[in-house]
Amino acid sequence: MGSGGTGQVERFSLRSAYGEALLELGRRRKNVVVLDADLALSTKTVRFRKSFPSRFFDMGIAEADMIDTAVGLATTGKLVFVSTFAMFAVGKPWEQIRNSAAYSGVTLNIVATHSGISVGEDGSSHQCIEDIALMRIIPGTTVIAPADDVATYALVMKLAEHKGLSYMRLTRPNLPRIYPEGESFEIGKAKVLKKGTQATIVATGSLVWPSLQATDILAEEGISIGVIDMHTVKPLDSKPVIEAAERTGFIVTAEEHTVIGGLGEAVASLLAEHHPTRIKRIGIQNRFGESGSCDELMDLFGFTPEAIAREIKEAL
Amino acid sequence: MEKEDFNFKPIQPPVELIGKLTAKARQLRKDVLVMLAKAGSGHTGGSLSAVDILTALYYYVLRHRPDEPDWPERDRFVLSKGHAAPALYAVLADCGYFPREHLETLRRLGSPLQGHPCLCTTGVEICTGSLGHGLSLANGMALGLRIDRKDSRVYALLGDGECEEGEVWEAAMSSAHFKLSRLTAIVDKNRLQIDGATSEVMNIDPLDEKFRSFGWQALVVDGHDFKQLLSAFRFAAQERRCPTAIIANTVKGKGVSFMENNLEFHGRAPTEAELKWALAELGK
Ligand SMILES: Cc1ncc(C[n+]2csc(CCOP(=O)(O)OP(=O)(O)O)c2C)c(N)n1
Ligand SMILES: [Mg+2]
Repeated sequence: MGSGGTGQVERFSLRSAYGEALLELGRRRKNVVVLDADLALSTKTVRFRKSFPSRFFDMGIAEADMIDTAVGLATTGKLVFVSTFAMFAVGKPWEQIRNSAAYSGVTLNIVATHSGISVGEDGSSHQCIEDIALMRIIPGTTVIAPADDVATYALVMKLAEHKGLSYMRLTRPNLPRIYPEGESFEIGKAKVLKKGTQATIVATGSLVWPSLQATDILAEEGISIGVIDMHTVKPLDSKPVIEAAERTGFIVTAEEHTVIGGLGEAVASLLAEHHPTRIKRIGIQNRFGESGSCDELMDLFGFTPEAIAREIKEAL
Repeated sequence: MEKEDFNFKPIQPPVELIGKLTAKARQLRKDVLVMLAKAGSGHTGGSLSAVDILTALYYYVLRHRPDEPDWPERDRFVLSKGHAAPALYAVLADCGYFPREHLETLRRLGSPLQGHPCLCTTGVEICTGSLGHGLSLANGMALGLRIDRKDSRVYALLGDGECEEGEVWEAAMSSAHFKLSRLTAIVDKNRLQIDGATSEVMNIDPLDEKFRSFGWQALVVDGHDFKQLLSAFRFAAQERRCPTAIIANTVKGKGVSFMENNLEFHGRAPTEAELKWALAELGK
């Protein structure tokens, strides 16, 4: 992903980090149970399956059944992680999630892989660009999109202590590492990665790294831009956003997701109410994804460092 | 596996027809493999297992006009197991719905041939790719055609793993309830899904009895035997009271020895070397 000027960066798998974290949780806690819907190899829950076969259930290709079964398990005191592709994890069984999981108030973790358009060649039916919105609008939920493998591991471990219904979205492709190994994270507490004077990018998930790169490009032209990693989209960490708005007067949001209902709208609502500020939302603009390589699609949707830098420069 | 019981009378299709379909299927399998190798990704096993079923449908059973894709009197086909799109694309191209050259663009940016079926491809009736939707979509088509007093038939091809989706059985209930006798569901029963054998991941057997208990007529055939397939489709067309399910016993990866029953090729395209071996095996 990303083209020109970014060089060859090493990339790490968020899905594998999730698999590792599940394994560690399985070792530490006897009540961890994992469910998958015929995609254990892709979501990496397969490693948990191998180590703890009696606490793993492959539900087959039956996502609605999987969510309600997970809720049933949760009522017996199990700490349940449910995984499949984002489209089938929240798109298909949304009503089960809303009425059985959220409304019942159980603690349940849905960790979905293959979110966004970076899924690539499989095309739009498999590119979930609405999952943040779908999960944000349900009362009481937590919505997380880690930016790299280190954040993924740390935040999955945190989920084990977190109450209520939580959703984590992971990408299919590996991503460059932003954080040093062992970095600690708090759910709901954003990471201010860079402070700037002219604008601040509030990014989540896969767009944190290209956003950082974009600020490097702009710095060479003497333009000072800050970056906040909003790994928890809900509840939104309002303090650093309002601070950045006060300091820079211009907020750019960046997400591999539709701008309708996603991080951009969350930030826009926050600022509209508390500190009206100029906003530019980078994301997918009222359209579907399509087949193509991950790189081509990231380019097409303007998610490369160069494209993000260009957008910001034009807006300034 | 269900036994292939001829609880219906097999027809005797002319030998030439069987020969023609067999040759066609062999060519289509090659097209599928070339297309997938070129794309570098995609679902090989489930495409190959469905080739003979699609061949029987598009070259004998379906009433359709490739030069008039919107012909109102056409029969409808829904690829519920949308990941087998390469097999459908090979058939549609060969029938003349779009130029063969399009096959080389499979899964590429801007291609009319998306990873999963989409209406941007001429000849595709409806978008699929998320499993479990196709039978409901087909029910809707069959109901609409009946309102319009058309005698067009509707066919939906499902995966056996796909039958684990609850919606399949909600739809199965509706098809029988609404007495959609012009609807035929074919299950590509290759006994594998992604995480393993369907019997081990989530057992769906006995499928024929399930459909029967939902009020369907169910026929079990060898999904690679044209005589049996054509007989079953003919038999289904004669049924006036209820929908028909054709449980087609198939082999995932059919036609290429190292792909047959090989889980690895569910969601992977052949490499250049594998393509060469595969084409050599399929021969002329
Ligand atoms: C709702 C949904 N869940 C999961 C997937 C991912 N997926 C694609 S193919 C497949 C296995 C399908 O197995 P089967 O229906 O037996 O198809 P076949 O063996 O013919 O390839 C899965 C789980 C999907 N496409 N849709
Ligand atoms: Mg199968």
